[in-house]
Amino acid sequence: MADALPTIRYTMRAGKPVVEVGGAWTVFTLRGIRQTAEKALRAAGTAKAGRIVDAKAIERLDTAGAMEILALAGGPGSEVETADKAHADLFAVVQKNMGATPPERHPNWLAHWLEEIGRNTLHFYQQVLNLSAFFGEILVTFIEACLSPRRFRFGSVVRQMYEVWIRALVIVGVLCFLIGVVIAYQGVQQLKQFGAETFSVEAVGIGMFRELGVLLTAIIVAGRSGSAFTAQIGTMQVNQEVDAMRTIGLNPIEWLVMPRITALVISMPLLAFWGNMTGLLGGAVACSVYLDFTFAQFFDRLRDTVGPWNFYVGMIKAPVFGAVIAAIGCFEGLQVRGSAESVGQLTTKSVVESIFCVIVLDAIFSIVFLLAGV
Amino acid sequence: MADLATVAERPTLIEGGQLVDHRDGRTVVLRLRDVRTQFDDKIIHDKLDFDVFRGEIVGLVGGSGTGKSVLLRTIIGLNGHSRGTIEMLGVDTATLHGGTERAMQARTGVQFQDGALFSSLSVTENIIVPIREHAGLDEQTMREIAALKVAMVGLPPDTGDKKPSELSGGMRKRASLARALALDPELLFLDEPTAGLDPIGAAHYDELVKGLSRSLGLTVLMVTHDLDSLYAICDRIAVLLDKRVVVGTIEELLAYDHPWVREYFHGPRGRAAAR
Repeated sequence: MADALPTIRYTMRAGKPVVEVGGAWTVFTLRGIRQTAEKALRAAGTAKAGRIVDAKAIERLDTAGAMEILALAGGPGSEVETADKAHADLFAVVQKNMGATPPERHPNWLAHWLEEIGRNTLHFYQQVLNLSAFFGEILVTFIEACLSPRRFRFGSVVRQMYEVWIRALVIVGVLCFLIGVVIAYQGVQQLKQFGAETFSVEAVGIGMFRELGVLLTAIIVAGRSGSAFTAQIGTMQVNQEVDAMRTIGLNPIEWLVMPRITALVISMPLLAFWGNMTGLLGGAVACSVYLDFTFAQFFDRLRDTVGPWNFYVGMIKAPVFGAVIAAIGCFEGLQVRGSAESVGQLTTKSVVESIFCVIVLDAIFSIVFLLAGV
Repeated sequence: MADLATVAERPTLIEGGQLVDHRDGRTVVLRLRDVRTQFDDKIIHDKLDFDVFRGEIVGLVGGSGTGKSVLLRTIIGLNGHSRGTIEMLGVDTATLHGGTERAMQARTGVQFQDGALFSSLSVTENIIVPIREHAGLDEQTMREIAALKVAMVGLPPDTGDKKPSELSGGMRKRASLARALALDPELLFLDEPTAGLDPIGAAHYDELVKGLSRSLGLTVLMVTHDLDSLYAICDRIAVLLDKRVVVGTIEELLAYDHPWVREYFHGPRGRAAAR
């Protein structure tokens, strides 16, 4: 905007310091005015700012401009002379509302840091407590549901299974297939060096069955279903739907959480099985390309060398992972408070937490199976 | 057909959708002519004429689904219109682009229904956003301006450091008004500013808007359903009827013969507010 620049001059009039201002004093023209004012003050030689403001020469004024003039004149108590009624009104409004500006806080960085650590520790402790309480609540609801199976809400379970199982088949299949190809290819490349390239069949079989099939599936499910659970339930929290359910006498754990956990506990082994099979297919394809194995040779060798327990190990882990992912997803969804922003934050948190828990559990399972000798 | 007959009996509207001319030599800050808005085939407004004069407070009312918010969004430029012209502060909004559009945004302020404060920023930072974008002053001055605006809308000084989620609904509305006022706009749009406030809070808010409008020379267009607000602070009222607006003072509208207007102003709530 092409406005006249603000002008300022400090003078003495009848022994009193006076600030003469003119031109346009608006939020758009104020840039650098403080330096200009300082120079003007130094040029005038008066030590302190005046207490009378002569604003008769002002052309344009807004609240920011009026505030700045008063600040430069020494405070909201300054006396203002204007010719224009509108300007006088503006000065009056600003004088009424101008207070001591809240000083910018400069917290001690060490104190700030310690405070942050303390806050996070307490938060973590609280989170563990809440999560334990939540698992307890789920367990109680589960036992109640076992006593009257109607309360499993099979309709919801089936609908959720469609979302988390059927609709995940393509992505899980494609990714596991590709991983199967990659393992077989790497196996052939590395094992070829000591003439043991046929062992890449075992590498694919054992790797897929024991770890990769189920882990990969769990990570995909955490990313697409765990996050969806948090977002769905979180949005319901923001809309107060969960509160509405409670007032009607519906238990959110029974209606929202249990069907999702049940669906994922059933779906995870099914998905992991599907992932295993496509992974093996990928391995077989890679072996037929790099090793000149026919499919029959590949699966013959697989049957002869990879024992059934490799398969069972993966299948035992799958429902546990499913339960953990679903529980964390629902838990974080119920943690949503207030704004839509927290839905986003908690969705991220739920994915990170569930992948973390899945990998920790996987490590624990490895130890258990090692001790059990399978 | 019966409807057409009653329409014919009503007084014809003069320039700007008015029943009686209230221009009184004032500048027209907002001029809508022959405006049509539609979503696909559904026409919301048609042949709509509407004038707002400098310094007045105009309330925009209408039944649910008549497109009050759509009209407001169209004027602000968030929705397009398929026909007609909208002139804001003397400029056809269709010709705005780049720099001229930014200049216009700096001269208008909008308060959305639930505040629409940026949730990741504190109230002070929310108020600073438009100042930084359009005026770019130094940090200390902008903080002082923000503190002034916080005080002007009647919020306690410590509100500035709070996040929108820590505020009550009424405080959010005030904070949002403070942001809308950040650049001292000439034209202020309010979307249901008193909805969801208790009667005392709503009355204070009305006084606040009226006071600010008088002292800052603001022109205000507010969508509202609050009959008390209409009586207390609005100079004129625009009613959305049959895809057009009819503008008049309360007295003129009380005399206007339309079933919706009659029910609105003569219904139990309308009568209670008039007392």
